[in-house]
Amino acid sequence: MLANYAFIAIFFVAAVTFPLAPLVLAFFLRPKRPTPIKQSTYECGLEAIGDLRVQFKVQYYLYALAFVIFDIEVVFLYPWAVAFNQLGLYGFTAAAVFLIILTAGLIYEWRKGALEWV
Amino acid sequence: MATVIQIIFGLIAALIVGAAVMVVTVRNVIHAALWLIACFFGVGALYLLLEAEFLAVVQVLVYVGAISILILFAIMLTRQVTGEGVRQLVGGWRLWLTAAISALLFAVAIVPTVISHSWNVPAPPAPPGTPEPLAGVAELGRAFVYEFLLQFQVAGVLLTVALIGAIVIAFEERARRRRVLTLAEEHELRKRLAHPPPVEAPAGEPAPAPRATPISEGEVQQ
Repeated sequence: MLANYAFIAIFFVAAVTFPLAPLVLAFFLRPKRPTPIKQSTYECGLEAIGDLRVQFKVQYYLYALAFVIFDIEVVFLYPWAVAFNQLGLYGFTAAAVFLIILTAGLIYEWRKGALEWV
Repeated sequence: MATVIQIIFGLIAALIVGAAVMVVTVRNVIHAALWLIACFFGVGALYLLLEAEFLAVVQVLVYVGAISILILFAIMLTRQVTGEGVRQLVGGWRLWLTAAISALLFAVAIVPTVISHSWNVPAPPAPPGTPEPLAGVAELGRAFVYEFLLQFQVAGVLLTVALIGAIVIAFEERARRRRVLTLAEEHELRKRLAHPPPVEAPAGEPAPAPRATPISEGEVQQ
């Protein structure tokens, strides 16, 4: 079974090294003579004022919670989807009921307006 | 073959331990959270190495996907990100005392267990090469539908309850909905502010100043 994941590992290593190698290479090759003019922000708008990070509103946490709920739903649906061919109409109905229950929550959230971006 | 797996395990373990050390040493909380995600990812790879596929998928979905999102959102909601000005138990003997007490309590719990436990690990029963009866993902899916149908549906109800409860607790209706004006609306607003409608103000009192704050939806449509 692990041999199947060897390809993923190879892809992972390639995906990490491919963008990293030019950066590392450039770090050693490039000349470093910074001046204040070179390091200034040009053609990119104004100088930033204050901290980059601001305190967000608590309501944004709702989006995270909704995401987590449907993430867990995927955890439940994943084994069902793998076994789908062996389960027939009965299994489909069982998962459909499960989905309808969760969709009720989604519809409630939608109607309540909690999905709208503030 | 065994050595290859040991090498892979060593790499993954190094990733996990290194990321975990970075979590507790990095000053910036957001960077700590990102290192924590790397740590979770390494644990998922470890599950994969143990041939626990489903557990690895759940680890990536729940921890790398969901838990880290919750942590990052919680950090975004806090005011001080860089940790400056946060009161903490700084330095000196008090820090060491706390660490010593914690270590002592843990030792009291773990040492008798280690001593009294019989460490006779049973030999692997099947010769290598025979397929092991692992509970596969497909069997789990079948069990969800047949043996544990009620629990499956109850889990769905539980998730829905969590969603609705989160809305009830955290969501507040916005009576005055504010939004960004379109260009036409802004133009209309400017025109109205430049030529305020005649107000029947009694003589001697100045007319009320036009409001410059963002206006509600109903007012724009007039």
